[in-house]
Amino acid sequence: MDLTWTPADEEFRAQARSWLRASTPPRPLPSGDTREGFAAHLDWERRLFEAGWSVVSWPRKYGGREATPWQWLIFEEEYYRAGAPQRVTQNGIFLLAPSVFSFGTRQQQDRILPRLAAAQDLWCQGWSEPGAGSDLAALTSRAVRDDERGGWRLSGQKTWSSRGAFCTHAFGLFRTDPDAGRHRGLTYFLVALDSPGVRVSGFSRLDGDEGFADLYFDDVFVPDQDVLGPVNGGWKVAMATAAGERGLTLRSPGRFRATFGRLAELARNRPGGLEPGEVDRLVECWLDVEAYARHTDQVVSRIVAGTPVGAEASLSKLQWSQLDLRIHELALDLLGPQAQVDGPWTRGFEFALSGPIYAGTNEIQRDIVAERLLGLPRSR
Amino acid sequence: MDFAFTPEQLELREGVRDALKGLDGGPGPVDPAAAWSRLSGLGLTGALVAPEHGGLGLDELDVVLGLEETGWAALPVPVVETALVAARLLTGAEQAGALVAGRRVSAVLDGSGLLPWPGQAEIALVGDVPGGVPGGVRGGVGGGAGGGTVRVLAGGSAGPAAEPVPALDPARPLGRIPPGAGAALAADPAVLARAGRAGALGTAAQLIGLAARALEMTVSYVGERTQFGVPVGSFQAVKHQLADAHLALEMARPLVYAAAWAQAHDTPSASRDVAAAKTRASDAAAAVARAALQCHGAMGYTREYPLHRWLTRIWALRAAWGTPAAGRAVLAAQLGLVAARPVTTAGGTDE
Repeated sequence: MDLTWTPADEEFRAQARSWLRASTPPRPLPSGDTREGFAAHLDWERRLFEAGWSVVSWPRKYGGREATPWQWLIFEEEYYRAGAPQRVTQNGIFLLAPSVFSFGTRQQQDRILPRLAAAQDLWCQGWSEPGAGSDLAALTSRAVRDDERGGWRLSGQKTWSSRGAFCTHAFGLFRTDPDAGRHRGLTYFLVALDSPGVRVSGFSRLDGDEGFADLYFDDVFVPDQDVLGPVNGGWKVAMATAAGERGLTLRSPGRFRATFGRLAELARNRPGGLEPGEVDRLVECWLDVEAYARHTDQVVSRIVAGTPVGAEASLSKLQWSQLDLRIHELALDLLGPQAQVDGPWTRGFEFALSGPIYAGTNEIQRDIVAERLLGLPRSR
Repeated sequence: MDFAFTPEQLELREGVRDALKGLDGGPGPVDPAAAWSRLSGLGLTGALVAPEHGGLGLDELDVVLGLEETGWAALPVPVVETALVAARLLTGAEQAGALVAGRRVSAVLDGSGLLPWPGQAEIALVGDVPGGVPGGVRGGVGGGAGGGTVRVLAGGSAGPAAEPVPALDPARPLGRIPPGAGAALAADPAVLARAGRAGALGTAAQLIGLAARALEMTVSYVGERTQFGVPVGSFQAVKHQLADAHLALEMARPLVYAAAWAQAHDTPSASRDVAAAKTRASDAAAAVARAALQCHGAMGYTREYPLHRWLTRIWALRAAWGTPAAGRAVLAAQLGLVAARPVTTAGGTDE
């Protein structure tokens, strides 16, 4: 065990910090979950890409700088410390790309990854349906074989697609063999949203941003080259993504260190000072973040040693989603009557409320912990 | 940066696990003499003693996994007090050699004077080593350069004179040592602080092992116990309670390991890290204990069934070597967070 950084890692941190300090917009951009804000964020994404910071752990040929997992953690820490903008390409980078690396053909990788990293193609997720949220395998959107054209025709509806109204492409699961059993007859498709038959309809989040979209597919043609992984093997392709989503890659400890830093600042500036109970709650928030960071260090050590992240990712998801909410609840208490006013902390609180819901609800995560980590019997 | 243990550290854990096999499986409590003999036979009790005095010359990081195993087995012996605390304080040749030879030392450094296992100890270390920063915190976890005192008491064959105190955990008897008893131990404040931290860290490691065992027993029980035609462990309420317990435990565990590293290397963050480890290990173990008892139902609420040994040990160790409140006070001071407003204001109106 060695909890110090190498000179190479410290150098990497220094480079990241220096570039981020020089380049981060001085004033926060409008929310990336609005049409206007999304465009402003694309500008930022392109600057990140041009400087080689948009996908640091990727191969250089795809726009990365081949950072190690440790260096990725360092970059995330510096990114949030700098107060840099929300990553509106995160669905593509953290959800789609790992599946493309694992299951894509060389041609798919060459076609998809550079444009994804450069924010030229903007990807949204097409998984959930009105009848299939936690029970994703209940999805009914269909893909019917079109041998004549060498592809498939997609029909159905996807919902809760974050920033879907502003994106150019969607990755989604469709049922290609209704007779094969819930998990077996699904295929993973990559769809251009300007394809004939696609209709996108944005709708609002709790905080008022147009952050969601319904995606309607009416006989949309998708060629064979846009099937990711084997036909009828889509569940496995999607589940590889899910572990990454819940765990490490979606929410790194650096994000919450920065959030705690802002909370501590709020606490120190609180008129009249703090009550003893509030100091205790602050300390517990710090402990939550520190525990998450150390647990992540443990996870990354295992990844570097070659052990894949399994159901342990559910522990990460439970931890970060709960600690983010606790931090924000304390912030609202520290604000006192000011918590009635719309501002960064109230917006952060509203967003933190979604943490226990997205990336697999915490109820599902607890089932996974109980069944796969503890070995308890299934309930259904 | 690497969070992995070395093969030697993992082997030490296996060695302790193997040495303790069969000790805790019987209907009655574990025999302290048998437990001690197995631990000292392994060299664990003298592990931190320098090689020139016959010890293994190891550090807290090397033994933290082995200490977790002593928690797993709920061993009723002062292994933390001897192997970690005494090793850091009693460094003269004769005393160090005695530790290697199997002499048992007990210790209490939080100012409470509540010495565990007084009847087993040939030497007692009793003191008040404040946690954290100068000006420190009473009942602290040890750490910082805040001074403090430690006194050494050596008794005859009956051990140091301690007035018996009824204990929550019957397998962890307590004695109260009167203040001023024994001889002052001359030591640098930094050495005292490091010893205090060692006790807190070792206890945190045991709490992880205790909690892990209580959880394992519970998972096994609810998997077998059936009601309404199914295992009670298939009910979501039971599963989620145990999932939350497992989460708390697995989020406390890496804090303990990181603190062991900091303590072994005596880093500037060691006080903070050990306080974090002890606080979270205590709270996580208590949460696991709560869930374990609840999920056992009435079966857990009797001394006829073994679970109580782990529960009472968890509750006792939570209050020893730095309470969660004391740990939070150390952390608040380290983080520069200070309460300003009084809890109650006499008269007057809100501002």
